[in-house]
Amino acid sequence: MAWARKLLRVDLTKGTCTSERLNMDWAQRYLGQRGLATKYLTEEIDPKVDPLSPDNKLIMTTGPLTGTCASTAGRYSVVTKGALTGAIACSNSGGFFGNEMKNAGWDMIIFEGKSAKPVYLFVQDDKAELLDGGEFWGTSVWDTEENIKKKHQDPMIRVASIGVSGEKGVKFACVVNDMHRAAGRSGVGTVMGSKNLKAVAIRGTLGVKVKDVGAFMTATANGKAVLAENAVTGQGLPTYGTQVLMNVINEVGALPTRNHRDVQFEGAGEISAEKMHEKRASDGKSNLITNGACFGCTIACGRISQIERTHYTVVDRPQYQKASGGLEYEAAWALGAATGVDDIDALTFANFICNEQGYDPISFGATVGAAMELFETGAITTKETGGIELKFGNTKALTELAEQTGLGEGFGAEIGLGSKRLCEKYGHPEMSMSVKGQEFPAYDSRGIQGMGLTYATSNRGACHLRSYTVASEILGIPEKTDPLATEGKAGLVKAFQDATAAFDSAGLCIFTSFAWTLEDVAPQLDSACEGDWSVEKLLEVGERIWNLERQFNLAAGFTGKDDNLPARLLKDAAKTGPAEGKVNGLGEMLPEYYQLRGWTAEGVPSNQTVERLGL
Amino acid sequence: MNTGKRLMQKSLHIDPGKCTGCLQCEIACSLDNEGAFNPAKSRIKVFDFHVEGRFVPYTCTQCAEAWCMKACPVDAISVDTLTGAKVVSDALCVGCKVCTIACPFGTINYNQTTGKVLKCDLCGGDPECAKACPTSAITFIDADWTGLERMRDWASKTDSGTRAEA
Repeated sequence: MAWARKLLRVDLTKGTCTSERLNMDWAQRYLGQRGLATKYLTEEIDPKVDPLSPDNKLIMTTGPLTGTCASTAGRYSVVTKGALTGAIACSNSGGFFGNEMKNAGWDMIIFEGKSAKPVYLFVQDDKAELLDGGEFWGTSVWDTEENIKKKHQDPMIRVASIGVSGEKGVKFACVVNDMHRAAGRSGVGTVMGSKNLKAVAIRGTLGVKVKDVGAFMTATANGKAVLAENAVTGQGLPTYGTQVLMNVINEVGALPTRNHRDVQFEGAGEISAEKMHEKRASDGKSNLITNGACFGCTIACGRISQIERTHYTVVDRPQYQKASGGLEYEAAWALGAATGVDDIDALTFANFICNEQGYDPISFGATVGAAMELFETGAITTKETGGIELKFGNTKALTELAEQTGLGEGFGAEIGLGSKRLCEKYGHPEMSMSVKGQEFPAYDSRGIQGMGLTYATSNRGACHLRSYTVASEILGIPEKTDPLATEGKAGLVKAFQDATAAFDSAGLCIFTSFAWTLEDVAPQLDSACEGDWSVEKLLEVGERIWNLERQFNLAAGFTGKDDNLPARLLKDAAKTGPAEGKVNGLGEMLPEYYQLRGWTAEGVPSNQTVERLGL
Repeated sequence: MNTGKRLMQKSLHIDPGKCTGCLQCEIACSLDNEGAFNPAKSRIKVFDFHVEGRFVPYTCTQCAEAWCMKACPVDAISVDTLTGAKVVSDALCVGCKVCTIACPFGTINYNQTTGKVLKCDLCGGDPECAKACPTSAITFIDADWTGLERMRDWASKTDSGTRAEA
């Protein structure tokens, strides 16, 4: 019950698809999705493997709640060794693909080896086959999805695919499903491309069952009521989306601007949620068309947007004048504040291209920001950029590079290296704003201290979705802490990391945690799944998952020295706003964090910790 | 006591402008009818017109003179006198699909697992889709007054200039 109890193993080298029973002992210890797939991956691959070699594996995975009526329970993750980072990668996506996979009767699909020629996987319930993908190779995510549905004459098929960027080896390529939902970070799409796997197309009609329907309906109804009554999940997110944060984070002086040289962006209002709502003088319409939900989500934070038809990016191209997935906060920040561009239509266009060609707008925008600094300091010139005047605030440079990166062409191919490799190549590694090779998202850790520790210790490289202490430090959820203080942040980060691993592994969206604690999640899991799922057990599972990911990274060659931040955040003080004069106090938080984790001073899980968690 | 008087009937009322496309209606419908969370077997479908940014839930409107019922050669579709729903009897349905041809709206469909047709039966008078909808895009209201909310919205915009001058 809840789990389908079955996984599909796809050997791309041999071209075979086989069904296996899910390891239910592991399911009790790692729950599902992120946790359970990480267990499978770490058991099956050498941590030192080259992420782009056939020996790396890629797992698409649902959680036990995926496909049920629990709010937000439509999620799946892509777990692999990341192309961008060389660390454990787990990228989570919404949309409708996760439900389709679960309804076809699969908890997980493990891809191994490498196909000799482009293929796609086609799954109809328990029938799975690899089909020739040659006709889709070289085409965008949008065209691939549309044409697979046409080819099979079935509009109800759900598709997850890579765009041209993933084929061309852009290091931060995504897997995109349902046109504009993405397993976005760490280059999971790059790994998929390296296997010559263009797409996964699924139609599922078998149904998902839970252990105790009556108790489950009560638990999920209670959960939905909590979300509806909460100010963030009931009002803020549906109305403004994650973009509700743009002006808030700018106000507190934690909006990284122009490659983290500033912490406040003078153009923040121009790229904010409020701007997306504003009626344009030209045509009386707003950028935002409507909000949209992922499968089973009663929050509905998704943005559906449309670019002004006379804007230079679309005026001669009707295909981009239609509505599609609009700006979320992280994308608006990376494409905007990180590059100094404040044109909402240009950002929306760049975001469309990210979705269409399947690459991560966070790493892309941040890398363009780094390249702009390289350009302004003279480390690169128009000779390298192919004539692009790559100055901060150059709107056309941003949109041109978005198109080039999508196709892996021109200077876009170099942007596709990610900021770490790009800045090293041109002799300025200090200009890459990244941890473990992955670019920061939209919170400056000088103004939100806990996020510095979050980034430094995140197992998949810099990321806000591993412990979103912004909730506590800025929004006061579950209780307000001082964003400029380092005291108590080690414990806060650990608690968020462990709980988040449990939310992810259940198959739920982490945005529910603005309103829910594990007290809300436990009854939903307990009534759906075999075993007893208490808050205590979920915390233990979360901690086990965190340590398993850590062990993989250590075995892959990372050490405690990689739990670090770029010197800019540790030495160059914030110039304006409430955090003026502040640097991040990572050194004050990290030793305490290691101690609370039960790790040695070098950041290695102690024997006692390993034993306690049964690793 | 049955006085012989018909109960006030209710209708499913759909306001696409409020729909977010979350599919909670499909999930709830499938659980009630199939015993599992299985949107592929739902009697209500939500259509995502992606390039227009519109979501539209669609299901049987329970026509007074139902084409499906008239077309059925074995009288497997009858009126539930309590709710007014046109209900398929699985015991009588032979899976000929003539009703699926007759229905102008496409809201009655064949189920290849059971060999019978599927359509909305209003869940016996307490539709699960309406209860599950988080935004009130689907409501179950007085069948004679499905336009009441829209009337009220327009009424509130009516400018009665005479009173202003009085």
